[in-house]
Amino acid sequence: MAEFKTNPEIVQPENLVYKRTDLLTPKALSYCPGCGHGTAHRIIMEVLEEMDIQDKTIGIAPVGCSVLAYEFMNIDMQQAAHGRAPALATAVKRLMPDKFIFTYQGDGDLAAIGTAETIHACNRGENIVIIFVNNGIYGMTGGQMAPTTLPGMKSSTSPYGRDVHTMGNPLRITELVAQLPGTIYVTRQAVHTPSAVRKAKKAVRKAFENQKLNKGLSFIEIVSNCNSGWKMTPLKSNEWMVENMFPYYPLGDIKVNEE
Amino acid sequence: MKELKLMKGNEAFAEAAIRAGADGYFGYPITPQSEVMEYLMAEKTHERTGMITLQAESEVAAINMVYGGASCGKKVLTSSSSPGISLKQEGISYIAGSELPCVILNVVRGGPGLGTIQPSQSDYFQATKGGGHGDYRMIVLAPSSVQEMADFAGLGFELAFKYRNPVMVLSDGAIGQMMEKVELDAQKPRLTEEEIIKNTPWATTGKTKDRERNIITSLDLESSKMERHNILLQEKYAKIEEAEVRYEKIGCEDADYAFIAFGTSARICQKAIELAAEQGIKVGLMRPITLFPFPKKAVAQMTEKVKGILVVEMNAGQMIEDVQLATQGRVKVEHFGRMGGIIPSPIEVVEALKQKIIGG
Repeated sequence: MAEFKTNPEIVQPENLVYKRTDLLTPKALSYCPGCGHGTAHRIIMEVLEEMDIQDKTIGIAPVGCSVLAYEFMNIDMQQAAHGRAPALATAVKRLMPDKFIFTYQGDGDLAAIGTAETIHACNRGENIVIIFVNNGIYGMTGGQMAPTTLPGMKSSTSPYGRDVHTMGNPLRITELVAQLPGTIYVTRQAVHTPSAVRKAKKAVRKAFENQKLNKGLSFIEIVSNCNSGWKMTPLKSNEWMVENMFPYYPLGDIKVNEE
Repeated sequence: MKELKLMKGNEAFAEAAIRAGADGYFGYPITPQSEVMEYLMAEKTHERTGMITLQAESEVAAINMVYGGASCGKKVLTSSSSPGISLKQEGISYIAGSELPCVILNVVRGGPGLGTIQPSQSDYFQATKGGGHGDYRMIVLAPSSVQEMADFAGLGFELAFKYRNPVMVLSDGAIGQMMEKVELDAQKPRLTEEEIIKNTPWATTGKTKDRERNIITSLDLESSKMERHNILLQEKYAKIEEAEVRYEKIGCEDADYAFIAFGTSARICQKAIELAAEQGIKVGLMRPITLFPFPKKAVAQMTEKVKGILVVEMNAGQMIEDVQLATQGRVKVEHFGRMGGIIPSPIEVVEALKQKIIGG
């Protein structure tokens, strides 16, 4: 894998206004240019660095585009079978309650094959953080229909558009888990603009602070783009996301239990 | 200090797991093994030793909890019965691929499908030849008494950690449900975090400044690296075959014939030996205790002493394939089995010996 390096001839110390967190490894991300995963990775790692909990955090990677998350996150990580990350996280947290545990999952992983693990971990109120990146498609396997693919949206397995009569409606699993008493904080964020990134990072911080206080399960959906799977330029995919994804998946807090 | 108790096989296994210093049990109810989790819950393991007992939403979730716990270097286990073990195969393959230690109890019932809740040995192939996807092996221990149900919980953990490999205790509905006296080991303390970091430096316990991050994964997209990983796995399995074979021989010294049987079938054969002796037939029993590694050499050596071997199993003929491979056609090998939850009677077994081996 290629390595990310700052060119010291270009970036003089006096010009350095932003530094990549040491909690991201030097490896170049394997995500498509324009994809939101890289930003999502970064804000989580920045939060862990700011809270100084690198040595106490165990991350669980999914199956899907972010299957290699452990290549980029400089923390101890486990790579789960498809959809099973919340089951792993449950055991890890129960066995090591003083550690910080999070899962990082996509829509196919969390909202289709892992629906049972997701709902039951949320329902038990496991004291963990679930980060759910929803781009409405199976990116890794080549753009198939996901549980969150929008009505009429084309994918390689819905080439004429998602027909809700035969393929079902997109699943708003975030609203669903917000109904469960075990979830303490449920929010939907995005990372397509600087202000959205700041908000999303704040949500991630809140989620880990919740875990520190043993409050229960925090669930953060990040609505993101898949320019490759959607067959658009990165810019166009972000515009399309704002116009089409956000109306169906509105951003903002869904449940904030401050008790 | 050892303690003598009268217990069900399933309960003895659960109690022995606590005493072995287990950190976590994750399970899902299914007959005929539900007593394992019931016992652990009734014992309040969290108060007794700090051990976690958790009822998962499915066998799939339970084995993946085991995967997560084992990744942290914890002593974790699960139990189920045949249909549930089928559901666990995905997780078992990941556990084997990631080289994680754990103990899995299968209290086998008759199949296929939902089958029956009665005892069977029809999961031999699934347990010993892989079960899930990919080239891997579990160490498979086959108890034939309540005592061994207890002993193999501790031995299972010992072997699992020695080889970083899943261990299956392949029992059956009869051994799991029957009551016998059992001698239990004294309570072993659970390992502290410092001990875990020392014993299993690969475990995901949190990346400290003094070491690189630990990653538990079964994935490598580079074929050359994946092949290398597979070669190392196979070398480990070869080492296990060399060092960990366990079996028992009963009355084989001057026997003309031999039974080869494991678990409940071996118990039936012990009675059949007595019945045969009354009829002047000298037959012994060879009981494999490890089904993987299979006692190939010991079975091969038997061909020099006996005229014929009857493999007795509660299935359609599964272990017989390993016996045939080991004996290489040097003596007559036949199979007698009952299926669908039927336990053969000792009389039937002696009749089968007479018909298929002595008279055949």
